[in-house]
Amino acid sequence: MAHPQTLFEKVWNAHEVSPESAATPAVLYIDLHLIHEVTSPQAFALLRERGLAVRRPERALATMDHSTPTLTAQVFGGAPIAIDSAARQVRELEANCAEFGVELLGMRHAQRGIVHVIGPELGLTQPGKTIVCGDSHTSTHGALGALAFGIGTTEVAHVLATQCLLQRKPRTLAVNVHGTLRAGVTAKDLILAIIGRLGIAGGTGHVIEYRGETIRALDMEERLTVCNMSIEAGARAGMIAPDETTFAYLARRPRAPQGAAFEHALDAWRKLPGDGGARFDREVDFDAATIEPMITYGTNPGMVIPIGGSVPEHGGDAAFAQALAYMGLTPGEAIKDRPVNVVFIGSCTNARLSDLRSAAAVLRGRHVAPGITMLVVPGSQEVKRQAEAEGLHQVFLEAGAQWRESGCSMCLGMNGDLVGAGQYAISTSNRNFEGRQGKGARTLLASPVTAAASAVRGRVTDPRELT
Amino acid sequence: MEPFTTLRSRTVVLPAANIDTDQIIPARFLTTTTRTGLGKNLFADWRYDASGMPRADFALNRAGTQGCSILVTGRNFGCGSSREHAPWALLDFGVRAVVSTQIADIFRSNALKNGLLPVVVDEATSAWLIGNPGADITLDVAAGTLTLPSGAAVEFPLEAFARHCLLHGVDELGYLLSRAEAISAFENHR
Repeated sequence: MAHPQTLFEKVWNAHEVSPESAATPAVLYIDLHLIHEVTSPQAFALLRERGLAVRRPERALATMDHSTPTLTAQVFGGAPIAIDSAARQVRELEANCAEFGVELLGMRHAQRGIVHVIGPELGLTQPGKTIVCGDSHTSTHGALGALAFGIGTTEVAHVLATQCLLQRKPRTLAVNVHGTLRAGVTAKDLILAIIGRLGIAGGTGHVIEYRGETIRALDMEERLTVCNMSIEAGARAGMIAPDETTFAYLARRPRAPQGAAFEHALDAWRKLPGDGGARFDREVDFDAATIEPMITYGTNPGMVIPIGGSVPEHGGDAAFAQALAYMGLTPGEAIKDRPVNVVFIGSCTNARLSDLRSAAAVLRGRHVAPGITMLVVPGSQEVKRQAEAEGLHQVFLEAGAQWRESGCSMCLGMNGDLVGAGQYAISTSNRNFEGRQGKGARTLLASPVTAAASAVRGRVTDPRELT
Repeated sequence: MEPFTTLRSRTVVLPAANIDTDQIIPARFLTTTTRTGLGKNLFADWRYDASGMPRADFALNRAGTQGCSILVTGRNFGCGSSREHAPWALLDFGVRAVVSTQIADIFRSNALKNGLLPVVVDEATSAWLIGNPGADITLDVAAGTLTLPSGAAVEFPLEAFARHCLLHGVDELGYLLSRAEAISAFENHR
């Protein structure tokens, strides 16, 4: 009898064109290649230099999200994109997709959005698929039981030309989560707590599988938030076994299999969860019931504490001291009640409808504190449309927040949405690296409800105090 | 790619751990559509002051580091974003190898595809290198060794296929294209 296999092993094995040997890596077949404007131009150029075509254009989908503006006037109103080089990148993606026959959900397309939001939303992200994109947060798609990981631009060219990648088989890490999350504690807090414990390199060389009844109880959008930040623990991919939550999410999505084809797909998807007795290279256990709302205080996502906690002592670690100096924080000080300048709700981590609903629930009937700039940036145009159908945009606008077109926005400072030097931003995004949201910007990562509550008070606020 | 057999150079040291790719090349420089010219923006926010002048206290700006093509750093170099602009910027600046106790997965993969050698060494070797900036060391790809000024050689791991590609200056794309028949067979039998 074949040895029991994990979810990862099943997906990996099903995509081996040839297995790895001592001399050569495995040739791994890629089912879905997502493309965006920032990491693809040099890949298309490489194809052009070598006289190569795109092998399977029907397995690729392009959109634009990273360097695109979120101001309506620049997206739909005929105003030019403010950053010239970004405008060139957008035009180049349009030209490349036209030349190589790749479908593009372009600037004004109703289905455009952050690449990791639209894949699941369209039903393109499916259990058992291999999915890559020139973006480290491709780990997001693993929430549906896909093996999904970020690649560099040279690898983007490899997939375009051959639909394959050369890969060494990674090790497996089971993150087992048990117990019930407390009220006011979200999937974002859960993954921040996991990263805090594993460390930002704890998952290096591994694919994480999140397991246990806490994970099973998460809805699909919460699972996407968890898998999204796998890379912040150093793991290229994070996966969750598909179940009824997954199947219900995918049913009738426009690019998921329909009707009898869906039933047929279900038969295959139900076989994907790991076999009883399957072994992982490492296992780590978490108790969800002890997790508090979490917030970062430093310059990487592993520098994270419960919101009621205080900044740790650094014990003479120079890098730690430098991080705190950058953040303008001192060891021992409480993070709660610290004044903030900017609040950002958005990104591939937390810009789906449920994130916007939970933030709006906090803001309804309230107003952001004087002097606070608050941006709410939906993860896709479809999320924007649904949020507007529910009137969420009115809640944000009446509270004094800005309501934008979809895109990566303030998650990374390359599209005009920036946090000023020295300013504190409480952000629902995924990285608090130095300068990530703008040169000198100081980022505090947290959940949408923590961000919204902090906007109301103008200070870091435990969301449970505002319910 | 040029074949990469051995490299002898003095080191330049950035002792910080967890240097992420946003530090190596900040996102605002990613709106380029070419691979070239990124070296001037390498470590831009650490290298230049608010007026755009080089900061004298930053290692890569110090006199005597010109021509140093081996960068020694703290653990977990290259974490974060998958941007291949990070190895492009390092190479454009003149760095041809990075030495650390741990190198992030995607950065390592991207580095190898561009002939930038990722060298992972033990804690003691790393600590010595960090404590002795400017050390004259030699990297030997075929042997997989880093030779210290004392003459002591330390082994570093290098996957066989990556070693082959570096030594012969070949890239992976050629190998993948040569597997077209196997790829077609896979597609036809799914």
